[in-house]
Amino acid sequence: MGERQRIIIAKPGLDGHDRGAKVVARALRDGGHEVIYTGLRRTPNQIVRTAMDEDARFVGLSSLSGAHGHLFPTVCNLLREAGLNDVIVFGGGIIPDDERSALHASGVRAIFGPGTTSSEILEFISEAAGRNCGVGSQDPWHWGE
Amino acid sequence: MEPIRGEGLVIAITGPPGVGKSCLVDGLLHRLAPEHIVAVLAVDPTSPLSGGALLGDRIRFSVLDDDSKADSIYVRSIATRSSSGAVPSIIQSLASHLLGNGFGLVIIETVGAGQAEIRCAAIADRIIVVEGPARGDGIQAEKAGLLELADLLIVNKSDLPGADKVVNDLTMSLSITDDSPEIIKVSALTGDGLDQLPAMIFALESRVSSQRARNRQRLLMAHEHLLTANPNFEAILDRISQEGLSLAQALEELS
Repeated sequence: MGERQRIIIAKPGLDGHDRGAKVVARALRDGGHEVIYTGLRRTPNQIVRTAMDEDARFVGLSSLSGAHGHLFPTVCNLLREAGLNDVIVFGGGIIPDDERSALHASGVRAIFGPGTTSSEILEFISEAAGRNCGVGSQDPWHWGE
Repeated sequence: MEPIRGEGLVIAITGPPGVGKSCLVDGLLHRLAPEHIVAVLAVDPTSPLSGGALLGDRIRFSVLDDDSKADSIYVRSIATRSSSGAVPSIIQSLASHLLGNGFGLVIIETVGAGQAEIRCAAIADRIIVVEGPARGDGIQAEKAGLLELADLLIVNKSDLPGADKVVNDLTMSLSITDDSPEIIKVSALTGDGLDQLPAMIFALESRVSSQRARNRQRLLMAHEHLLTANPNFEAILDRISQEGLSLAQALEELS
């Protein structure tokens, strides 16, 4: 078990389904982390503001609406603009395989689809926490490469 | 630990789970921002099993959706972690820094159950205890410790039947002292009674007995802090377990 992290679990955009996000939040809590859930329909700006106010190390984005290709990179860009270069972004939801490399390139370090185990997400948190892989990092590493 | 210094005010809003503390704070923030620069330190318990925590108070703060107000509000979620001493002292430093950096009001929101939570509330200059109807019974002994800290009692959910009964019960149980806090009835849901709250809070006087109760908590906290901060604390613990050092001897060595 790695160090305790502060993790934002966020639901960006017009997407009313948060069962998955809540299961992940619960799993991260049970893994010993402090999890702040934003609630539904947050804007990228609100998510970045939350990460800043809460001094979070990780931001997990959940999207089942199909808008991940716009929302995830927007959050990464706004984090960089806000100077939160050390914040590590990961995502989950319904993300087609052929859209993942673009998200990785924008700064998302892991993408978890249906069937992911909670222990895999915890392993990612623990490994990513030990690397310099925030949104401002040039390190090309991403989970599962 | 030094008492908080600064221009602004630190208040605690505390009470049993489910009485609507977060919604009440949201209602207050809607009426305070953007004229007042307000920080909310939302304290939630850490899971004793995993050491993790799910911090969900933000979800209730609809005021953060309003861009004209969100910029004058800072919300920080805090887990109690394992110690009943460390977190209150962290909150105290946080509150001091916030006051020193232009925040006029710091609200500590915490569940009024458990030592760590009550100590978090005891940091504040004024303590507001929230109660609500339909909680099953009258005034329980467990609440006594909380009530003695209260400078103001708010009965929330006035839109629900039973709110008047709670007001009556509280009035009855507090009537034996001549220094009892004012009791008001509001509904965070409908907004009933909330408009008067900001002015009331800024004008709130501390009761003599709540001040004493608060200082009692602070003194206990400082004392515990002194004990656990002693570099020999762990070694003495070992000697209690392994060498049969008595508690009285241990205290003597630590003090």
